[in-house]
Amino acid sequence: MKKARKTALALVTGAATVGLVLTGCAPSGGGDGGTTSDAITDEQREEALNTPTDLTFWTWVPDIENEVALFEEKYPAINVTVENVGQGLEHYQKLRSALEAGEGAPDVAQVEYQYIPSFVLTESLLDLTPYGADDIADDYVGWAWNQVSPNEEVWAVPQDVGPMGNLYREDILSEAGITEAPETWDDYAAAAKAVKDETGSYISNLGATQAGQMIGFMWQAGVQPFTYDGAETVGIDVNNDTAKEVANYWTELIQQDLISVDTDFSDQWYQGLANGKYAGWLTAAWGPIFLQGTAESTSGLWRAAPLPQWSAGEQVSGNWGGSSDAVLATSENPIAAYELAKFINHDEESAMKLATEQFLYPPQLSVLENPEFIDQESEFYGGQQVNKLFADISETVDTDFQWVPFMEYVYSTYEETIGSVVAEKGDIAAALDEWQDQLVSYAEDQGFTVE
Amino acid sequence: MSQSPALAAERHPTTPARRGNANKRRQNRAAYLFILPFFLVFLTMLVIPLMYAGYLSLFESKLIGGEQFAWFANYIRAIQDSAFIGSLLRMGLFFMVQVPIMLGLALLFALALDSGRARGAKGVRLLVFMPYAVPAVVATLMWGYLYGPDFGPLAQVARAVGWGTPDFLSAGNILGSMMNIVTWEFVGYNMIIMYAALRAIPSDLYEAAEIDGAGQFRIAWSIKIPAIRPAIILTVIFSIIGTFQLFAEPSLLNAIAPDAITRSFTPNYYAYNLAFQNRELNYAASIAFLLGIVIAVLSYAFQLATERRERRALTETETPS
Repeated sequence: MKKARKTALALVTGAATVGLVLTGCAPSGGGDGGTTSDAITDEQREEALNTPTDLTFWTWVPDIENEVALFEEKYPAINVTVENVGQGLEHYQKLRSALEAGEGAPDVAQVEYQYIPSFVLTESLLDLTPYGADDIADDYVGWAWNQVSPNEEVWAVPQDVGPMGNLYREDILSEAGITEAPETWDDYAAAAKAVKDETGSYISNLGATQAGQMIGFMWQAGVQPFTYDGAETVGIDVNNDTAKEVANYWTELIQQDLISVDTDFSDQWYQGLANGKYAGWLTAAWGPIFLQGTAESTSGLWRAAPLPQWSAGEQVSGNWGGSSDAVLATSENPIAAYELAKFINHDEESAMKLATEQFLYPPQLSVLENPEFIDQESEFYGGQQVNKLFADISETVDTDFQWVPFMEYVYSTYEETIGSVVAEKGDIAAALDEWQDQLVSYAEDQGFTVE
Repeated sequence: MSQSPALAAERHPTTPARRGNANKRRQNRAAYLFILPFFLVFLTMLVIPLMYAGYLSLFESKLIGGEQFAWFANYIRAIQDSAFIGSLLRMGLFFMVQVPIMLGLALLFALALDSGRARGAKGVRLLVFMPYAVPAVVATLMWGYLYGPDFGPLAQVARAVGWGTPDFLSAGNILGSMMNIVTWEFVGYNMIIMYAALRAIPSDLYEAAEIDGAGQFRIAWSIKIPAIRPAIILTVIFSIIGTFQLFAEPSLLNAIAPDAITRSFTPNYYAYNLAFQNRELNYAASIAFLLGIVIAVLSYAFQLATERRERRALTETETPS
């Protein structure tokens, strides 16, 4: 009864507003700009959340039904169907096909940060500012928020992030006489030599074709390889001096055979992590839990540390991976869809669940400040508070990193230009030039203005 | 040989003409009805998509600026595209090396099984055929493991013997490794086609040959192989089509050897990457169309060449008599 009355009330107010607008008597003045009059009112939200609605949510996060259940419990009128249409590229292919076909696209979809611009370009994402997304901006780590909102619009709600750190085998390093994690990249190179000489292990592996890892290193070094203005102008600068310094650093280590270049996430690589072929892994905040599953037998031998730094005393990091949840512009129930995307990644209980049950590394300050999360001691890392370490690292990630709206192409050409050179222990810096040329000519062919 | 009775029947219809007409019409109607389901599926699943792809291939689409009609611009670009040409040449090499090996082995197995001298022929036939029953996806994953440089059994054996670690997945070796996978997969399939043809040869020919004093090898060379010529030609044409359409193997090997398998390793894989990574759907459509044309031309050229040779051979044998 109560609900019905509320709905009726909302309808009446809604109708009244429409009437006023139509007769041109909308209460203007008071400095109400265009954006605020577009903003969704509380009544509209109330109405949307109390109207029986079906939403579809495409994501590959396992068991996210648990978080969705919390949402459905809070808003019983809304029924959410979770669909997993594949992970990564497969997911985007289906999403693009559905958008192209004009039907079958979900209301809410998981989108990794680097792919947001490509959906912005096709006008497939809903700007969430009128729905109140600005209000939650301060609840997230700053750089993560910039990823979903590089300009004024907000395109998605951050779900998880991957600030980068250094996971290493304490036993192997101390066997080589190294008792503390290398502080600078120079220290790291020296340690790599000691580890190789003393133990025969590689200090870590650089995935030959892993663009995400290399871009993360560039991010840390302060390289801005990509920019995008949200319209037709992109900036591509993958071969500037700083980027080449990073490239030369790795070329040198690889050519001295101090770093291995196996394809990561392959069987061989998993085995290498478990049997001490690699004494470490420079990875993201999702790495620690991932590693626990991969190298179970080495529990207690690992430690976590920040990435080595380019200059001593500094504390900066890059990011590798992470996702957001975006509302698609085609959604017929944008208000409810936004509330779902927001709830999953904002509601304290839901965000905490994502962090502690699905082990997604949180961008939400509520979780990052929650003692239950950051004080957790991890046996695999010898009782270290790994979450806390990465929470600190997360604050040191450069905030202005951007992407271009054709990252699939960027990654696939990376494999071809850089990947093959890394695998053959060649000159990575020279390969950066070729990569740059290919990216620029593709962007121009596609009609972008390249800066 | 086996065609001649059918041809004869066609040339001399045995049914009386007048009654036949009504009868024939009814039969025709029934025939059309029978092929209707096939025809519908053929039309909706093949002809229409094909025409649509052809239509798409005439447009040019850009991320900025959208789609516009561009006549044959995509085709002109494709024939100048070194990646596409390179992939075709790579498949040409693949065909020249892998297909003779595969068909040679298949023929050998088929002859051995047919000779009736091999013990446990049924079991062997099944074993050789089995890889074909394994989906290409599973086969590639399995071989990917076997090829692994650290923990792959092949590498381990090589190391134990002291040969060092062979890198089956390096850029230089991957084509050979892929030939091996495809050979393993399709020897059995081709063998079955040849074996079935061998079983159809009337055995009195062998008896006659034996009376004339021919040994098993002579019989195989002079009777069996010429007799199954059409079957062998069929397997070659299947192989042309199969080779130029390789897709599952490169796309799966790419996961374990991404630096060795380039985006344009095979024409099909290139078209796929163009469509889904570059988001150049229209260009991908024109590549796919061109690939179809290349395959059709090669298959037809091969058929024509063999027919001409056959005709020449026939006239040569006929002239002396």
